[in-house]
Amino acid sequence: MTATPARGRLAALGRAEATLLLRNRTALATALLLPALMVAAWRPAMRGLAPGGAAATADADELLVSSGIGFILLFVVYYNLVAAYVARRETLVLKRLRTGEPTDLEILAGTALPAAAVAVAQCLALVAAGTALLHLPLPRRPELLLVAVALGVVLMAALAALSTVITRSVELAQLTTTPLLVVSALGSGLLLPLSSMPFPLGEVCRWLPLTPVLDLVRAGWLGGTPSAAELVRELGAVLAWTLLAVFAVHRWFRWEPRR
Amino acid sequence: MDSAEKVIEAVGVRRRYGAGFEAVRGVSFEVARGELFALLGTNGAGKTSVMELLEGLARPSGGAVRVLGRDPHRERARVRPRTGVMLQEGGFAPDLTVGQTVRMWAGCVSGSRPGHEALELVGLAQRRDVRVGQLSGGERRRLDLALALLGRPEVLFLDEPTTGLDTQGRHDTWELVRELRAGGTTVLLTTHYLEEAEALADRLAVLHQGRVMACGTPAQVTGARPARIGFGLPTGWHLGDLPPLPELAVLAHEEREGRVLLHTDRLQYSLSALLRWADEHDVALDRLDARTASLEEAFLAIAGAGPADGAGR
Repeated sequence: MTATPARGRLAALGRAEATLLLRNRTALATALLLPALMVAAWRPAMRGLAPGGAAATADADELLVSSGIGFILLFVVYYNLVAAYVARRETLVLKRLRTGEPTDLEILAGTALPAAAVAVAQCLALVAAGTALLHLPLPRRPELLLVAVALGVVLMAALAALSTVITRSVELAQLTTTPLLVVSALGSGLLLPLSSMPFPLGEVCRWLPLTPVLDLVRAGWLGGTPSAAELVRELGAVLAWTLLAVFAVHRWFRWEPRR
Repeated sequence: MDSAEKVIEAVGVRRRYGAGFEAVRGVSFEVARGELFALLGTNGAGKTSVMELLEGLARPSGGAVRVLGRDPHRERARVRPRTGVMLQEGGFAPDLTVGQTVRMWAGCVSGSRPGHEALELVGLAQRRDVRVGQLSGGERRRLDLALALLGRPEVLFLDEPTTGLDTQGRHDTWELVRELRAGGTTVLLTTHYLEEAEALADRLAVLHQGRVMACGTPAQVTGARPARIGFGLPTGWHLGDLPPLPELAVLAHEEREGRVLLHTDRLQYSLSALLRWADEHDVALDRLDARTASLEEAFLAIAGAGPADGAGR
C-alpha cells in the first residue's frame, strides 16, 4: 500500500473547496468584485490627493497598484479564508479531516488553495487592465512582483487562520476581520501614501504586516530603485510576520467548535 | 487471545480537559486483531473521549495508547493509512454533494476503493448527486461510514455508528460491520444501545464516569448478575404466603405496582420451586416472566440506576 502523495491530497482538498466557493455567492462576490469596486471607487479620489505634475501621476500610480493588490490580498485571501476556515471548523469538517491522512498544514493549505488561485488570477487581471487601460507600465521586475504576491498570499492565509481563534461563527467574521482590514487600508498605503503621514506615524506603519508586501509589490511593478538593504528589510519583515503568524496558529488554532 | 496480536491498547489512560474536568480516569483495555470490541456507556461516560485518544486526535494527559503498535498521535502519518474513523458527528460541508464529498476523501486516502463501491456498501449509491445538507441524519451516518471504509482499513473506529438510524438502517449497518469483521477488520465501536453491543461485540467494556466498570465477553459481563423472575399474585395472596425465600434460592426481592420481582443466581431451581408451589396451591401467576440477566441489567446496575444495587428505584 502506498501513501497518497501530499500533492494529491492538496488537490483533492482544493477541488472540494473550489466547489464550495463557487456555490457560495457571498464569498464569490467578495472574491471577484470587491477589490475591483474598491479600486474604482477610490481612484477619482487618488487623483485629488496628488496635486499636479508628473510626480503626482507617479504617486497616483503607486496608490493604484498598492490598493489594487492590497485589496485583493485582504478581501480575496484574508477575509474569504477567515469565513471559510470558520465555516469548516463549525461544521466539524476540519476535525473530520484530521482523522485522515492529510497533515494539519495540508488541511489549512488545501482549504486556502482556491482563494490563493483567485487572488493570483485577480493580480494578473489587474496587471493586464492596468497596462491596457490605465497607462501603467508593464511590471519592471515581474519575478519580484510574483514573489511579493506569493508571500502576501501566504501571510494573509496565516493571519486568516489566526483570526479564526477569536471568530466563533461565520457571521462574526465580518466583525473580527475589521481590525486588520481597517489598519491595513489606512496604514499600509492602500488609501493614502505613507509619505503623506506625519512623523512618527508613517514610520510605525512601515512595520504593519501588509506594508512591506506592498513595498515589494511596487518595487516589482513600478521599478524605482530600492536598495538591496531595503529589499532585505522588507523581505525580512514579511517573513517575520509570517513566521509569527504560523507560530501563533500552531499554538492557538482550534480544530473544532467550542462546546 | 493470549497470543493474538494486540491491535489496540489503552493502559491507564487519562484525559483532562484544560485544567478542569477529567473525562477519562485510568482506562485500560486491549483489542486483539480481528476482534470487535464495544465501549458501552451512558452519555458523558467518556466513550468519545477515549475514542479520540485512540484516533490520535489528542494526546492523553496520562497513561498510554497504542494502535497497531504505534502512538496514534505522534506517529499518525504511519497509523492513519491503516485506520478508518467515523466520528460521533460527521463533519461534512453541507453544500457538497455526496459524490463530491466521497471524491475529496478518496483523494486523501491511501489505496482508496472507488467511491461508488464505498457508497454501494452503505446503500447510498442512489444519493450520489444529493447535497449533504439535504440528507437525513441516518443517511449522513451512512455516508460517514462509507468514508471510514474508503481505505479498506485494518482498524475501524466507529463512534455511535447507528445513532439516528431507523431499525432497518441499524440492522443493515450491523450486517455490514459483521461482514467487515468476518473479513478480518478489527473494530472498536462505542454505543449506548445495549442490544447493539450484545449483537455485535466479541468483548466489551462498560464505562461509567471515566472508568471501566466491567470488561469481558457479553456473557462474562452479564453472568455476574442475578437472573430475574417477575409475576403478579392473585387478590388475597401475599408474598408471605410463598415458601421462605432462601429456600427458593432467592437473593433479593421487590414488590412494585402489585408485581413481585425475585432475583436469583439459580434461575432454574428458583423457578421450578415457585411453579411447584403455585401448582400445589392452585395459584395463577399473572404475566409470569423469567429471564437471565441481560446486558441491560448489568449496565443499569453499573450506571447506578438499577435495583440490583439494592437501592431500589
